Amino acid sequence: MTASAPVLHPTVAVDDTIDDLTIEVTPTTVVLGALASRDWRPMHHDFKFATERNGVADIFLNTPNQAAWFERYITDWTGPRGRIGRMTFRMRDSVFPGDAMTFSATVTGAEVDETGCGWVDLDVTLRAVGPDRPERVCSTCSARVAVPVTADDNPWSRRGDDWRP
Amino acid sequence: MTAETETAEHDLPDDIVALIDVPQYERAATFDVERGYSYNTLAATQNGNPLFWDDEVADELTNGPIAVPTTLSLWMRPHFWEPGADGEQVALQVHFDLKARFDLPEAVMTDNTLILHEPVRPGDRISHRQVLRSVSGPKTTKLGSGRFWVIDIEYLNQRDELVGVESYTGFGYRRAGDTGGDAS
Repeated sequence: MTASAPVLHPTVAVDDTIDDLTIEVTPTTVVLGALASRDWRPMHHDFKFATERNGVADIFLNTPNQAAWFERYITDWTGPRGRIGRMTFRMRDSVFPGDAMTFSATVTGAEVDETGCGWVDLDVTLRAVGPDRPERVCSTCSARVAVPVTADDNPWSRRGDDWRP
Repeated sequence: MTAETETAEHDLPDDIVALIDVPQYERAATFDVERGYSYNTLAATQNGNPLFWDDEVADELTNGPIAVPTTLSLWMRPHFWEPGADGEQVALQVHFDLKARFDLPEAVMTDNTLILHEPVRPGDRISHRQVLRSVSGPKTTKLGSGRFWVIDIEYLNQRDELVGVESYTGFGYRRAGDTGGDAS
């Protein structure tokens, strides 16, 4: 198996959108994500702690796991040659078990820097809706990801001054 | 909840002002980066990126396997318990120091920035340092009353190559009506 055909920078334009990704969140989603990121804090696995101490509705997705979900969503689109350089996200509300969380994204920028690296800027939104919770924006993310400018280009080969995230 | 921070040194205790922009907790991980643990993140996020599952793809693109880039902080997170450790071991010690210093029992993270440089690879030993960048004045959100703070973390590999920089905004708070309780 070789790396599948990537998204190429010249084919990307501002205002392009990426297909939504919807995931049904279960307690296992939350706990597995927390432990996978070695986050042992109880609000990510202990219902009583989350509800009685933190005062939230349930255990909720932890920060590093949200980062990993954003990465998965973005690189599902780019393919394996996509290399995330920078990602900033703001968590406005929590994602709880029972929610359906949906990722959506719009291209906000596409440029080739002076080293020849092709960058795409994305605004990614994570929405969630649960049986007892209305649809809401849980997190907003700005991501900058390098994608190949030609079929032979590989952003992962960049190092040092040639990698400017 | 609004994530807002500011450097409001005029209303901060002197000992907190003295910590701003000063590296703290410079330390190396007690374990190597391992490929097996990366699979937990891939499974947790149902991430089928062949870069992490197919050695031929990893050889072609990254000269061998790399860790999932957004797992950066995972390689510096301590074991929950280890021999000789006193109490729960936590990853972002400056965050917990601030909770204790301001007597704020609860806390959440509101913002996270990751800047990714040299890929992390199995066998690497990561080190980091934590830098408090700012602390807000008193704020009230729907969660309670407290303060926001921004903490940067710089990550290096064993060759002192920069592998990433992370920034967290945390909100330490006391719930409305809560006049007691231990820092968690």
